[in-house]
Amino acid sequence: MKLYRKIINSFKLISHGFLAYHEDIESPHRYTILRRNIIILMILVTFIPLFSMAGINYLQYRNNMKAEIQAPLRLLMGKTVHSFDLLLKERLSMVRSVASSYSFEELSDEETLNRLHRVLKKEFGGFIDLGVINENGFQVAYAGPYKLQGKDYSKQEWYHEVEVRGFYISDVFMGYRGFPHLAIAVQNYTFGGTNWTLRATLDTKILDSIILSMELSPESDAFLVNNAAIVQTHSKYYGNVLENCSIASEIVAQNITMSEEEDPIGRGKILVLQSKLTMAEFSLVIVRPQSVLLKSWYTLQSEMFFLLLGSCVLIVIAVFKTATFLVNQIKTSDERRESAFRELEHTQKLSSIGRLAAGVAHEINNPMAIIDQKAGLMKDLIEVDENFKDKERFLGFTNSIISSVDRCKTITHRLLGFARRMEVRFEFLDINEVIREVLGFLDKEAAYRRILLALDLASDLPAIQSDKGQLQQVFLNILTNSFAAIEDGGEVSIKSWLFDSETVAISIEDNGCGMSRETLSQIFEPFFSTKKGAGTGLGLPITYGIIKKLGGDFKVESELEKGTQFTVFLNMTMPNNKGEG
Amino acid sequence: MSELSVLLVDDEIDFISSLAERLRLRKIDADTAISGEDAFKLITAKRPNVVVLDLKMPGLGGLEVLKHIKILDASIQVILLTGHGSTREGIEGMRLGAYDFLMKPVDIDELIEKIRAASKT
Repeated sequence: MKLYRKIINSFKLISHGFLAYHEDIESPHRYTILRRNIIILMILVTFIPLFSMAGINYLQYRNNMKAEIQAPLRLLMGKTVHSFDLLLKERLSMVRSVASSYSFEELSDEETLNRLHRVLKKEFGGFIDLGVINENGFQVAYAGPYKLQGKDYSKQEWYHEVEVRGFYISDVFMGYRGFPHLAIAVQNYTFGGTNWTLRATLDTKILDSIILSMELSPESDAFLVNNAAIVQTHSKYYGNVLENCSIASEIVAQNITMSEEEDPIGRGKILVLQSKLTMAEFSLVIVRPQSVLLKSWYTLQSEMFFLLLGSCVLIVIAVFKTATFLVNQIKTSDERRESAFRELEHTQKLSSIGRLAAGVAHEINNPMAIIDQKAGLMKDLIEVDENFKDKERFLGFTNSIISSVDRCKTITHRLLGFARRMEVRFEFLDINEVIREVLGFLDKEAAYRRILLALDLASDLPAIQSDKGQLQQVFLNILTNSFAAIEDGGEVSIKSWLFDSETVAISIEDNGCGMSRETLSQIFEPFFSTKKGAGTGLGLPITYGIIKKLGGDFKVESELEKGTQFTVFLNMTMPNNKGEG
Repeated sequence: MSELSVLLVDDEIDFISSLAERLRLRKIDADTAISGEDAFKLITAKRPNVVVLDLKMPGLGGLEVLKHIKILDASIQVILLTGHGSTREGIEGMRLGAYDFLMKPVDIDELIEKIRAASKT
């Protein structure tokens, strides 16, 4: 339980570290970093167990396969060793029984010996010759294809071993006969107690026949070696008879030994099984290349590899897709939130400025009224006094004060209008009618400046629920800006249409000077103006505030030297929140 | 002096004193009061044709004074003056019987025009 908790905590720590997402970092790469981290984490979480499982399975399969492959080889080894032992034991028994059944004198008779040789050769096979050796080591009788009668074996080692052990099975050797064979010799005694020896030589083909019966694959090899690792039977790959064998090792125990070695003839890894015979100082060696042995394992291995590779590719694709989808969702959500936040911030800013403006305007209006009246009175008094010195000059001063007060008045009245914009009164109205009324205010200026007003108002627009006075203010502000942007003789197009089932759209487009991107980004900021003293910088912020309050939306597109298009989207029904009052 | 008499009511004495003098220069009989209480005394004594009344005053507010004037003599026309942005009080004043309302700073010619128009009703 503690371990489980530790693992969960570690995972939380890793995932928290990886997916830590600092919202205050405004770097454009933050989503790329987040996506990369999600991908790394998900790949780690999926790949670690996948590769662990694959590794464990690989090792288990390999061990099982090896065991399964080696088991039949061991069985074959055991059976073949047993066959060799049986063969040698049988031949030894045969020679023993002949030596026991016949006396030295009888066997010294060439005819008897020849007859026995024929019988043995015919019935059992493999017997090349038979020889009877007296107590001095001389071959007194011989039956076989060579002329070996009278041969002296007294100096040979095997002869002494027979004297000690009573029997002897030799290694394979060439001897006088010039081809590989092995000898079996048994000792017997005459009635007089004199020892004599019956010696038979066997063709190694009988050993080869056992190896052939193993039915090994063409790549495999099996052969006998003696204790000195000299090849005793024919080997396909590891030396001729009586040559040194490079892969066999000295075997002491009877058990089967198994080793993986590098093939001296360059076939890669080979599996070498070796086991000692009981009847002679021989070991049976079976050699099989791993490529043959593990063929099915290699097939399984490649299948496992491709399965793993396929799984990895699928996981990576799924992880990439999922991470991209998630990050896009987060990005969209962030953008929405940011946009909503910016809008709220702007609205709050406008609202605060509105309240501040109202307060300031009110406080300024009263002293301004005093200045206005004092200046007015001064002007009146100067005008009536015909003898006033520097009359014109002082009249200029007072006029300047009065016109400055007038400018202040314009600003404070607009500021108060800005504060008042929140007072909304909804009624059903024809939007085209509102536009026409506003255009009525501007007719004279349009005519004077030869401005072409192109109207394209949809006649089938339904009545919308909105505030007429506020909308007039909106269109008046936009049109005033359009008029200011165009040269005399320019064109302003006004269009209204049904945008969708709930929205009416009105666009006001001019072919005036247009705005740069920088200007466009600031036009809704209070007190921002491009009119150089002629504007208060409150027209568009007021417009923006009104449209938002009326539940509508606003779009501005502009290009320098080409013109500007304002589009107002208005809901047909009043918004739920009627305003701040 | 003129037949037209105006009472200017505002707590800003500098404002009404100058305004009154300017009106007098234009042959309009103008008196001043710096509070609602002063205004009642003068109205009772003089019965001006038109009262120009500031909405924001300490003590009795403009709307209160308006109500009393209308009770006292409904024929006296009242023009409201305000330095405040809200039109709500102006509209309320109109509902209570004010002739019109103007925003400070007020143009003398516009004010005289309104006074003359009010006095004719």
